[in-house]
Formats: sequence, C-alpha cells, structure tokens
Amino acid sequence: MAIKGIREYDAKRMLADFLKAGSVGKCSYDGKVALITPETDFGSLEKVNPWLAEEKLVAKPDQLFGKRGKHGLLLIDADWKGVQKWVKERMNKGTKVGEIEGMLTHFLVEPFTPHAEDEEWYVAIRDERENDVIYFSTKGGIFVEENWDKVKHIKVPILGGIDKVDLDSELADVGSKKSEVVAFVKALYNFYAENGFSYLEINPFTFDKSGGIVPLDMVAKVDDTAAFDCRNTWSGLEFPKAFGSTSSKEEEYVKYLDEQSGASLKLTILNPTGRVWTMVAGGGASVIYSDTVCDIGFSKELANYGEYSGDPSRELTYEYAKTLLDLMTREKDPNGKFLLIGGGIANFTDVAKTFTGIIQALTEYKKKLIDHNIKIYVRRGGPNYKEGLTKMRALGDTLGLPIEVYGPETHMTKIVSLALK
Amino acid sequence: MNPAEIFSKDTVSIVYGYQQNAIQRMLDFDAACGRERPSVAAIVNPSRAGLHKVFFGRNEILLPMYKTLKEATEKHSDADVIVNFSSQRSAFPTTMEALENPNIRTVAVIAEGVPERKARILAATAKSKGKWIIGPATVGGLKAGCFKIGNTAGTIDNIIESKLHRPGSVGFVSKSGGLSNECYNIIARNTDGLYEGIAIGGDSYPGSTLLEHILRYEQIPEVKMIAALGEIGGTEELKIVDALKEGKIKKPLVIWVTGTCSKMFPAGVQFGHAGAKADSALETADAKNEALNKAGAVVPESFDDYGAAIKGAYDKLVTDGVIKPAEEISVPNFPMDYNQAVKEGRIRKPSQFICTISNEKGEELLYNGVPISEVINEGYGIGGVIGLLWFKKNLPDFARKFLDIVLMLTADHGPAVSGAHNAIVAARANKDIISSLVSGLLTIGPRFGGAIDGAAQGFKAAVESGMTPEEYIVSMKKKGVNIQGIGHRVKSVTNPDMRVTLLKKFVKETFKETKLLDYALEVEAITTQKKGNLILNVDGCIGITFVDLLWSLPDLFSKKEVDEIIDMGCLNALFVVGRSMGIFGHIFDQKRLKQPLYRTPYDEIAYMSDE
Repeated sequence: MAIKGIREYDAKRMLADFLKAGSVGKCSYDGKVALITPETDFGSLEKVNPWLAEEKLVAKPDQLFGKRGKHGLLLIDADWKGVQKWVKERMNKGTKVGEIEGMLTHFLVEPFTPHAEDEEWYVAIRDERENDVIYFSTKGGIFVEENWDKVKHIKVPILGGIDKVDLDSELADVGSKKSEVVAFVKALYNFYAENGFSYLEINPFTFDKSGGIVPLDMVAKVDDTAAFDCRNTWSGLEFPKAFGSTSSKEEEYVKYLDEQSGASLKLTILNPTGRVWTMVAGGGASVIYSDTVCDIGFSKELANYGEYSGDPSRELTYEYAKTLLDLMTREKDPNGKFLLIGGGIANFTDVAKTFTGIIQALTEYKKKLIDHNIKIYVRRGGPNYKEGLTKMRALGDTLGLPIEVYGPETHMTKIVSLALK
Repeated sequence: MNPAEIFSKDTVSIVYGYQQNAIQRMLDFDAACGRERPSVAAIVNPSRAGLHKVFFGRNEILLPMYKTLKEATEKHSDADVIVNFSSQRSAFPTTMEALENPNIRTVAVIAEGVPERKARILAATAKSKGKWIIGPATVGGLKAGCFKIGNTAGTIDNIIESKLHRPGSVGFVSKSGGLSNECYNIIARNTDGLYEGIAIGGDSYPGSTLLEHILRYEQIPEVKMIAALGEIGGTEELKIVDALKEGKIKKPLVIWVTGTCSKMFPAGVQFGHAGAKADSALETADAKNEALNKAGAVVPESFDDYGAAIKGAYDKLVTDGVIKPAEEISVPNFPMDYNQAVKEGRIRKPSQFICTISNEKGEELLYNGVPISEVINEGYGIGGVIGLLWFKKNLPDFARKFLDIVLMLTADHGPAVSGAHNAIVAARANKDIISSLVSGLLTIGPRFGGAIDGAAQGFKAAVESGMTPEEYIVSMKKKGVNIQGIGHRVKSVTNPDMRVTLLKKFVKETFKETKLLDYALEVEAITTQKKGNLILNVDGCIGITFVDLLWSLPDLFSKKEVDEIIDMGCLNALFVVGRSMGIFGHIFDQKRLKQPLYRTPYDEIAYMSDE
C-alpha cells in the first residue's frame, strides 16, 4: 500500500478517456499516444495508431524519470521511420540518467505540436490533509521552478470539492484562452479526484490548432489502495519500478506474497553481503530495530529492511523466513552473521503460530546456519508468546544452533546490543 | 464527562463486524477493570441477526446482533463508540454512516488500505461534526481501567502485566499499533501506568493526529505527562513542535521519532507503514527529533533510552508532588480460556467420539486413509468407496463391480412396491424431497427389501451348521417358516428373472468362492420340483452372493469380520442406498408431472366398522 508513479502514457491515455466520457465541449484531448516496449511490433502499433505514419512525432523514454530533454533523451519533430530508428538505437541499452544507471525499455510516442513559447501553461495538483492544492502558472515549461513565486496556489477543500472554488476569479489573469483553461483545470481536478491520483503535473500544456488540449509532459502518481474503487478506469494500468531499480527476485517474491494475503510482508535488500539480518514483526518495530542497528554502528553491515505483521499464516511466515535464510546463507563471512528475530508485544498476532513457520524454515536450513556461523537472537511478546519462545529455545537445543530467546521482560531492542556489542 | 475525554468506565460501543476474538478480549478487559456493564452493547453483522454468546468474567452473557448499524444504534442509543472492523472496501461507507448518526461520537476504523482520499473525507467530516476517528489502519487504543478498542493490548495476561486494568498518569499516542502495546509495557515498568493510549494508524492521513490527541491529554487533569512516538515521513511532528513553541503543551512530553536509520538507506525505501517515507529533509526522523528537542520536548538518545526518559520525567513529577502514584488494584482471578489451556498443554479431556473411517482435517480428505484424489484418479467407483467407508477395506476390482451391480439391480422395482408408493404419495402431498424419500425408505424392513438380509443370514447359518440342502428345507418346514430368498410372484423356472441370471453369471465368472450360491441352487433345485415359482429370487441371490464375495476374500475379511458385516445389517444398507435412487426418480417424476394430492378412492377401502 503506497503511492506509486505511473507511466506518462497511461496518465495521458486515462485523461483522454476521461475527457471523452465527460466531454462538456470546451476541452477535448485526442489522446494520440503510443507506447513502445521491447515486445512491440512496429507494424501492429501503426495499425492501431494510423496517425504515427501521418504526423510529425515526439518520442521519449517513459520510465518515471523527468528532464528527458536535458538528458538528451527527447526526439522532436521526427517522422515514424525516424522514431523507429531512434528507439531501436536505445531500446534495452544501459543508460545513465543523472546518477542512476538503468535500462531503457519503454518509450512514449505522440504527435509533435508546434506552439508559441507564450502558449505553455503549468498545472499540478497534490493532496494535503484538509484540501487538495492546484498549482497553476501561465509561464509553464522548464523555468517553472525558478519562477515558483509566480505560481498560483488554489486550495480545494476535501469536503465540497472544486464546485466550492471560484476558478473564474482565481484564474482571472490567464489571458485570451481563459475559458478553455478554466474548463480544463476544472476537468483535470475531477480527473484527479475521481481516479485515485495523489499527484498530477502537466508541464506544460498547450492547445493544438483545433483548440484541443495537448499535455506535452505529464507526471502522475496514484494511491494504489484506490485500485478497487478505480478498477474500471485503471484497467491495464501498470506500476513500473523506478528507473534503475534493482529489486531482486527475492524482493519481488515477498512483494507477491504480500499482495496475496491480508497480512503484511516487506523486504528490501540493503547489502546482500551484510552480516546483520533482521526478521522483525511489525511495521513500527521493524524501523526501530533498523535504527538501533545503525545507532550501534553497524549500518554498513545491515543486510535488509523487512517486516511481517497482521497475523500472517504459518505458511506465509515460513515462505518469508525461508527467503531470508536463503539470502543470508549465500556468501560466507569469516566473522559469522547475526539473525535478529525481533518484535514488540503483539496485539493479536499469534506468536506461537508465526514462530512455527519460522522454526520450520530454521530447521530446514540447520546445516547452512551452522556452516555460516549464524547466531540467532529472538525477542517477542503477545498472544501465545510463552509457547512460541519455549519452542524457539527447544529448537536451539535440538538443532545445536546458538539461539538466545527473550520475552517482554527484556527491552525490545536489547537483543541488538546483545548480539552486536 | 470532561469534553476532552473520549471514553469512560461507562462507555459502551457497537462492534461492526462479527469479530468474536476481539469482542471477547474487550469483555475480558471489562471484567479485569471491574466494569459492571460490558463495553459492547451490540454487534453489527451484515450477514446474520440474532444473539452472540460471550464470557463476561466467569459467566456467559448474550449480546444482540443486528444486520444494520441503523438498527443497532436505534436499539442501543447510549452507545457512542463504533469499533469498525469492516473491510477496506466497506470501511468508508460504514464509517460515514456512523459519523452521520447523532448518537455516535467516536469511530475506530481498523481496516488497512482505505484509500487516502476517502480517509481524508472521513477526517474532515469527523472534524466538521466535532467527532473523533481513530484509524484507519490501527488496532485502536484503550483507556486504562475503562474501555478498550477491539484487539488492543492483546490477551488478558498482557493487560494485567502492563497494568492496563487501572488508570495511571501517562497519556500515550503513536502511529503504530504494535509499538503502542510495547510502549504500554515500557510505561508500566517505568511509571505508575498508562492513563490512555491511542494508536492513530500508520497511514498518511489518519482520522485524528498525534497532535490532536496530545492536546486532548493536555486538557485532562488526570494525565500528568505525555509520551508519544513519531515516525519518519509527514510533517505531523513539526506541528507538535509548533504547539510546543506556542505554549499549547505544558505537560512534560517525552517523544521519539523512529526511522533515524533512513539516512543510511538508499533513497526511497518504503517502510512498513504507508506514511513512513520522507519526501523532504524536514520529514526525516533526525530533523524531527532535533526540532522537538529544541522546542522543549524530552527526546531520548535512541529508542533504547525511551523508557529511561519516561522514567526521568515521571520521577521528577513524583518528587515535585505533581503525581501521587496510582494505587495497585488487584485483578479478580481470571479463569483460563479452555482453548488456551489446551494449546498450552495444561489440561486434557477424554474425547466424546471416535472416528476411524475418514478424516477431513488434513491437507486432503481421506476415506479410510486413502486420499480423495486417489479415489477419483484410480477409479474406485461407488463400490470402492463403499468398501472404504463401510468395510474399511480397499476392495479388488471385481468386488467393486459386484457392489455396483447390486446397486444397479436394486435401484428400482416400479411404482407399486411399498417404498415407491409411499414416496409418490408424499411427493404428491407436496412434501420436500427428503421427507418424500424418507417416507418411502421407512417401509424397508422385514417384509419389504429385508429378504436380502434374511436370505444371507438364513442360508449362511444353514451352511455353517452343516445341514444338507434337504435337511435345511425340512427344518424350515418344521418351524413353519418360509425360506427367505426363495419364491417369486410371477417368475419361475421356465420364466427366469433376468436380474438373477445376470448376477449369477457375473459371480460364477469372477468369484473364487461360490459355496453359498451353489448351496442355494441345490435348495432351489428341490423347491422348484414342488412348485415352479419357488426359485432363488433376486433378493436371495444378492444376499447369498454377497456372503460368497466376503468368503472369496479371506485375506481381507476374517470369519469374525464376515459375521459382523452380515449382523450389522450391511445388506439392508446396500438395498437402501440402491433403492434411494429409484425413489428419488419417482419423486421427481411426480413433481415433473405436477400430480395433485393423492387420496385413496372409497372403493379401495372396505368400511366395516361395527355399527
């Protein structure tokens, strides 16, 4: 559950559909956008989008990063053949964007819209607790940030919405295209509010010869918990990884487990060769364990951030634990490693049950745990904690593994210093 | 009640969602607190109305259950708290409904994953009405000795351990539900205990904020000091900084913002809570801790020192005479939950039933130890299943087939026989199919269908006693009893019953042992000399060949087992299973034909009362 960036292609596609469905005549957008992926067949793409062969085009990577012009990744005023060549030269190639290395895999193509420099408007919308904020400027384009004081802030109350705002007077000095701009801003707000967005930015937008809206560059983030409410308008929507993201197979697997259940499972690998591994219950407690490891001076050795919570089943906990144990027993460290099985005092998570899953995984990895000289520290409380802790202690004896076990009488993060100091 | 208070010892709530554990835990807390009235007035269960039985202390009580919130609030107008367990999809409409209700002042929203826009609408709506929302994405919170939301603070042991059954002097608020329980423990160990604790939930837009609860504690005289936990991400803690600077918080505030490790992490790690991600330098834990410290809050060095910082602030208040430590109140001795005791291996009890034929508790359903997948894939058929469930044997193929044949042969014998007749009459009285079936089956006994069993028992006893067929016939005649399994109304030697012919053929071809059939045929040879229709009938043939089947499988069935199977009435059971198919056929036939109520015509009845 989080705020996730979406492709410019999807944002524009959804905007075009939205404006078509609720067209009030005043603002329309032809939605001519196409996405090229490594699997795209140019011929079929052209069949679906005949305008590709008829118009002058713009092409750019569509992978959640901006400033594409600055990074030399913007093709303007090209024909379809030129676009194909340009994309082929860059597809599946490693590229450095700022500090980040990544692979270019997705390209957006749309018609090239020549326009006057003074016909570039800026609009963005984001949320605050009690209202949304519309940011608007008649001086759109790359210099918006420098001229931020000229950007108008319009607050739209969460109760009441855009109808409570007098856009006509808020946008009084927009100039000749005022009525079109006002109509579009209003429509864009409704698009934002009704489709689970938490951030939208069009910088800039302009108008084509027939008066249609042209969003030249668009950034959008959605709140993925709105997926059910927005299941119709979000159909086909992808949540791409950040450019250059190197999330591993294991992280993807835990994400999959997380999405499959009502419980919560998280895993981020920070340093695969790190010596300190954490398997902590609870979204809040897991952060504190990481804090404590860093406080003691082991931030470089901290291998992962993760948590499990929300009363996961025995099977789920087993899968999660196995994934972690597999990762931590890949490379040996001459100084040995630490596994911190931590957690606060649970409210309703059944400690004995979740520990059964962890114990099953530990039992399976017995030999590797001994080979890698892994010391295990446990701290936990909550429903059936006594049973869970007793099982953990017994496991240490039967497997011949060094396992130290503590309950609620010991401070939550004490095992961190016990292990590392 | 002080308007800053949300809960009191008299607070009663309505629980939305049939959360049996949470409800029991709330009532256990109530009993530990010595509440006279349970804190749950009613339950809303959209799928069922009625009553729910729970323990209140040692006694069981009934809680009313309604299908709608409207009905529950109408019937229990003194309940002003809703503990809303509805799912992420329905949390919004149900909470809005609760907020619109004039009786309701506080709604705790437990669901995780409520869309942010909806959470913001809930928060703004509550604010506009002067109401409170705790959550979403929270376990809730509790007021020590008064009221507990849902699963907060877990089981009764923990509640007593953390002294939550009586009020102390510390007000606590955090985002995390799990950590709040941890902190109740820390507070119990370092002070005279918790006064109230709230977990606002880990989302970006909680219905009520850390600051709102801190300011509320500020207005409650019994709260002498405040403890809080903040988190990386968001600007909520900076509002606390502002409030400190403006002098709105005068009581000692011990606060720690977690997530100091984020500076060591690559940008963009999303921690467990949705809101836990710093989007700017101001939102980092270090920046917030420093700002809070500068503004006058007590900020420990790390979470390790959080307890010590709380103790320091508390001890000072005691020294200064601000706090007179709360008295310890003993908790009534609490009976252990049966399930818990079983789990911990503390008690044992003899079971009431034994079952040796099937087990549905494992990964896969087992019939006498054979997984259902094997039953289907290996083609056990009905005969094979009967073998597993009735005899607890894995029958060979010919035995399975024999049972299949028996079921087919006994499936129906026309509408005139008593079973079918009764079922037809019942079906025409528009009775349901089960009643109609049973009215037919109930005629099965010594005169109808029972001959199978009788023939098997009679012939088997005769053979085992060593009588010759001749002697058997004579002995039966002496007793004046007809030989069961011999004789047919219309069929005869010259007009044989096809069913018997088929069965005999199958048995002769496949059975190792046909001793009883051979014996019966010798009997038949004698009886048919007397009268052409005294043939081995189908009932007799089934009963007799069934005994031969068991005798053909000496490795599977011992003599004792064979006797047991015959004595238990398995043959009658076979007839019942077979004939049920036909009876259902007649019932459906009548229903399809829309036949009216049957009434026996007068001329079928001889009225011969004495007048």
